[in-house]
Amino acid sequence: MRHIAALLLALPAAAALAAGGAAWVKLPGGAFRSALKYEDASELQIAPFELQKRPVTNAEFLAFVQANPQWRRDRVASVLAEPRYLSQWAGPTTLGDAAQPQQPVVQVSWFAASAYCEAQGARLPTWSEWEYAAAADETRRDARSDPAWRERILAWYSRPSNKALPRAGLQAPNAWGVQDMHGLVWEWTDDFSSLLVSGDNRMQGDADRLKFCGAGALSMDDRENYAVLMRVAMLSSLEARDTTANLGFRCARDVK
Amino acid sequence: MKTFRNVLFGLPAALLLLAFAAVAAPAQAPLPRDSVYQLPAVLTDQHGKAWDWRSKRGTPQVVAMFYTSCRYVCPLIVDSGKAVEHALGPEERAKLGILLISMDPARDDPRALMQVASKRNLDAAHWSLASPPADSVRSVAGVLGVRYRQLADGEFNHTSALVLLDREGRIVARTEQVGTRLDPEFVAQVRQVLRAP
Repeated sequence: MRHIAALLLALPAAAALAAGGAAWVKLPGGAFRSALKYEDASELQIAPFELQKRPVTNAEFLAFVQANPQWRRDRVASVLAEPRYLSQWAGPTTLGDAAQPQQPVVQVSWFAASAYCEAQGARLPTWSEWEYAAAADETRRDARSDPAWRERILAWYSRPSNKALPRAGLQAPNAWGVQDMHGLVWEWTDDFSSLLVSGDNRMQGDADRLKFCGAGALSMDDRENYAVLMRVAMLSSLEARDTTANLGFRCARDVK
Repeated sequence: MKTFRNVLFGLPAALLLLAFAAVAAPAQAPLPRDSVYQLPAVLTDQHGKAWDWRSKRGTPQVVAMFYTSCRYVCPLIVDSGKAVEHALGPEERAKLGILLISMDPARDDPRALMQVASKRNLDAAHWSLASPPADSVRSVAGVLGVRYRQLADGEFNHTSALVLLDREGRIVARTEQVGTRLDPEFVAQVRQVLRAP
């Protein structure tokens, strides 16, 4: 009996690996008010989509690298991934002690994350999809106006980031059934490079240097939402080949 | 962005050395890992021809992203390309390609691209105006370091940059100063790349 129980416990993990990653959660979408102020729309319409339940793990990314050797850290084009790409792994196809199989994969570039999702017949979520899924807490689909919830998220951002990352998929699912949207890693979005945040003094007194075509940079509609503000500031500072020690990703796909 | 630029300004010396090494190599040597052509991209130009952007390998390029319906900054991007040409002698000019890549492939079909080429009198021998497939735009922008967002009215917010690629597609210099007044350092880099054997 105990054997059967152990087998049953092991099954979902094995099934998830065989299917190429985490389970998918369907989100209905609809009207959504972003914490960002877009000059062209006050309310966004989000189409129904599916999102991976938790971030992609080292084990999953290793399987991808083994199947697609052009994404090994010793073979990848340097325009697509900077030198720190997968540097936490012991070798090009070995995780080692510093990268546990169930930890979220980090030190991945936007190009590598996109290629992984494409290999699963998926894509990275858009910023709006991510923000919408991340607005929920365990019981409410939009908990953003609750100061206690904001405090909880901010407590994570204030923790030192040099400690080992927890495993992916340990947190209680949010109201959509998605895990680890806050409190584990930062995550790439497909359109990270559409977040045009004006770099304060770069814009001042330099009218000849037209940084932006069109109406200008994004600003915040909800200045109290530091969690979103920090995500946006971080994503807007990255180049597509950049990697960081606490930046991972999960995939999304359209609902057919 | 700033550190990225600093790194790039440190590169030319190393690139020169690599360029000398490339002379000895056969024509079909593997692409350097730091070449933007490592990203596969098939572009469709103002003549309706589709080609892998790797076919530009062998000719230094000044590359910028734009879109044809843009009324403000994008004409300045064309001005920039022309200003680079004017700063060069005829012999130098013949050895440089100018590649304008659209971030709006949905609207920038060959006809729309050709309209800009004709209206602005762009010499087809040196100028390519081309659109990537819709799902490649962000990747192409990614290797060129360009950020953009499409607005509800179809316009784009975007950063403007001229990027100089050497023969192998390596980024040698970039400038965000667009218009008829060029960054003299950028022009000097263009000359240097054209002089490299």
